[in-house]
Amino acid sequence: MISFEPSEEQRMIRDTALDFAAGELRPNSHECDEKGEIPEALLQSAWELGMVNACMPEEHGGVGMERSAITGALMCEELAYGDLSIAMGILTPALFAYPIMEFGTEEQKKAYLPRFSEASFQKATAAVVEPVMDFDLAELTCTAKKDGSSYVINGEKCFVPLGARADLFMVYAALDGPGYENVAGFIVEKGARGLTVSEPESNMGIKAMDTAELKLENVEVAADARLGGDAGCDFAKLMNYSRVALGSMAVGMARASFDYARDYAKEREAFGEPIAHRQAVAFMVAEMAIEVDAARCLLWEAAWMLDKDKDALRESYLAKMYADRMVMWVCDCGVQVLGGHGYIREHPVALWFRNARGFASFEGMATV
Amino acid sequence: MIDFELPKGAAFAKQMTHGVAEGLMRKWARWADDNEHEHVEEYVNMMYEVSKSMDPGAFGGGSKKKEKKEGAQEDKKKKKKRGGMNLQMAVTIEELSWGDAGLYLQTPNPALGGAAVSAVGTDEQKEKFLKRFSTGKPKWGAMAITEPGAGSDTASITTTAVLDKETNEWVINGEKIFVTQGKSAIEDSEGFVVVWATVDRKAGRAGIKSFVVDHHTPGMKVTKVEEKLGILASDTAAIVFEDCRIPYENILGDPEVKTGFKGAMATFDNTRPMVAASALGIGRASIEFVKETFEKEGIPIRYGISPNKLTARERDVMWMEAQLQAARLLTWKATSMADAGIPNSLESSMCKSKAGLAVTLVCQKAVELMGPLGYSKKLLLEKWLRDAKINDIFEGTGQINMLVVARRIFGYSSKELK
Repeated sequence: MISFEPSEEQRMIRDTALDFAAGELRPNSHECDEKGEIPEALLQSAWELGMVNACMPEEHGGVGMERSAITGALMCEELAYGDLSIAMGILTPALFAYPIMEFGTEEQKKAYLPRFSEASFQKATAAVVEPVMDFDLAELTCTAKKDGSSYVINGEKCFVPLGARADLFMVYAALDGPGYENVAGFIVEKGARGLTVSEPESNMGIKAMDTAELKLENVEVAADARLGGDAGCDFAKLMNYSRVALGSMAVGMARASFDYARDYAKEREAFGEPIAHRQAVAFMVAEMAIEVDAARCLLWEAAWMLDKDKDALRESYLAKMYADRMVMWVCDCGVQVLGGHGYIREHPVALWFRNARGFASFEGMATV
Repeated sequence: MIDFELPKGAAFAKQMTHGVAEGLMRKWARWADDNEHEHVEEYVNMMYEVSKSMDPGAFGGGSKKKEKKEGAQEDKKKKKKRGGMNLQMAVTIEELSWGDAGLYLQTPNPALGGAAVSAVGTDEQKEKFLKRFSTGKPKWGAMAITEPGAGSDTASITTTAVLDKETNEWVINGEKIFVTQGKSAIEDSEGFVVVWATVDRKAGRAGIKSFVVDHHTPGMKVTKVEEKLGILASDTAAIVFEDCRIPYENILGDPEVKTGFKGAMATFDNTRPMVAASALGIGRASIEFVKETFEKEGIPIRYGISPNKLTARERDVMWMEAQLQAARLLTWKATSMADAGIPNSLESSMCKSKAGLAVTLVCQKAVELMGPLGYSKKLLLEKWLRDAKINDIFEGTGQINMLVVARRIFGYSSKELK
């Protein structure tokens, strides 16, 4: 069947996420961005809703809800509709927990998963992006070398979500040359010798969520710190999850900008009538709506393929690329519809514009 | 449950149609373009044999009102049984247009006129006008809306229908243009044309009704067959009505002046996604050709690498693929809503405006990517570009569909957002 209707359960999860986004995220969005931080209490209250932890397996102390990329995509969209930075912060622990859930050895699951069912927000994250112009997931410059019974990691990472406060990092590095198949994940704990975590980075957008740079100089980890042990992990698939998550967040934020512009255009009068009465404005807003839905459909299809365990590299890559361009264009229109007022930070469209530019550079910073 | 698996019926129809598209339509595509308005007998006869066995009333659903005679439950059952027809039709049309969009329009079937009859017609009207498509020689149906002075602005239609109370006949006067397969429907075969005309000019939109005019009715004449940019296999006729008399019962829908226009417009909710679907087929043909050529030439398309490392060609192809798939999914969304009986006016215009424009741009890119070869008539790429363009024009231009989308989004009437 071809269907674009979420299931009853998915609708409930989506509604819960939207309530939280509208009630807790959006009202705090401006202040968190200006101050450059997400209050711990906010991360904690999202944690209590089970956004990340609900799908932890029962044998490791969790609730055992089925993990689904489509459900994740719906959640990402709603949370980012509230605020992108805070949404990314809320979902950050999944960057560490989900790969272990899917690819971890029994020992890794036993060692790390139970803490994600604890009552408090878990400060765990992942390091994927590197500070180079043509950053390429398939050709990481961060490398790992096997040395007897341990691995030695060298390289630099950036855009590590909540990096400065994290206790646990999943660091991805190239093991035997280029290609997705040669990327391995390594569990690195805070304070490891040779690991330097920078002060929070200063970026154009997503300012509320602090990100950090990591320097890894001969960081040595035991062989069993490799995600999945000797069998490793499917990094291509992990990045497909990430593309679906980030793309869906782009959809959520673009939808926010569309909603805001639509309402503004109906209210704002010029020459004696609402500016939405003019085709030049109305068509822009109509196209925003079409493009948001177009990107959403592509992402849902990629998510569906992931849930069906089909190879979704092409679909998720194209869907994210589409969403990257869509979100920048839509959020640009959002500013444009408001004219001069759109350029004033008091209106959120300016914040969404800054955040939107990031998506084309974001990889591996969220997951479903 | 969100799902992207084609239902069995649609998958089967796609597979069967693909055989025809590849084996028969591609073979005749260039000939049909070189021989404007000529019927390709081999295609027409074969398709008529196939369509004879199909139920022409299965099209529609989204905006169809429940029939009063049946209980709600029976209605639901019927819908379930019919479920998937709009989607299936969209998938089929994509395949036919992949074969050749001009020939697809030449397919002998009730077409848009049939859609209007099945959307608002009575059982008697369906019997009278649709049943003929399952017997005898190939026939066509057509729809006449546009006039020399009124295109998208259908409320300005000047063709009139006046009731002659003595004979209980409608007398139609006026001129229609851009009637797809008009000549095929009323002069070359025993088909019909559905004509939009006003019964009360002062009433504006509400006065506009649609009437079925049978083939060879006295007073109706094809005055011109247009020479076009593309879809040359399809005839686009101008038809003049001079005191053309038709029986009273040939009016579609409610004859009362207060209700007409919405019913007539509702047909578009079902037909616009079909235009989008045709665009998809042409776009897919273009992209496949480009990708196959690149493969032969050893030019890779590297999905998954850093977007900053992509070549200009790779970026173009990926952009084309994503645009096409986005348009396809929006089309499937609109059709699956129609199949589920959910109103889809917004989604239907969304997919039409997206697909019409996206595929035109995709086909332009395909010609560009093949350099001088793309511009040559040795290949079909230049034809696909000319054919694609019509989808951003007929059944409402891209701009008219944007207007529909904008009005829905803002909750505006046609007076508030002109």
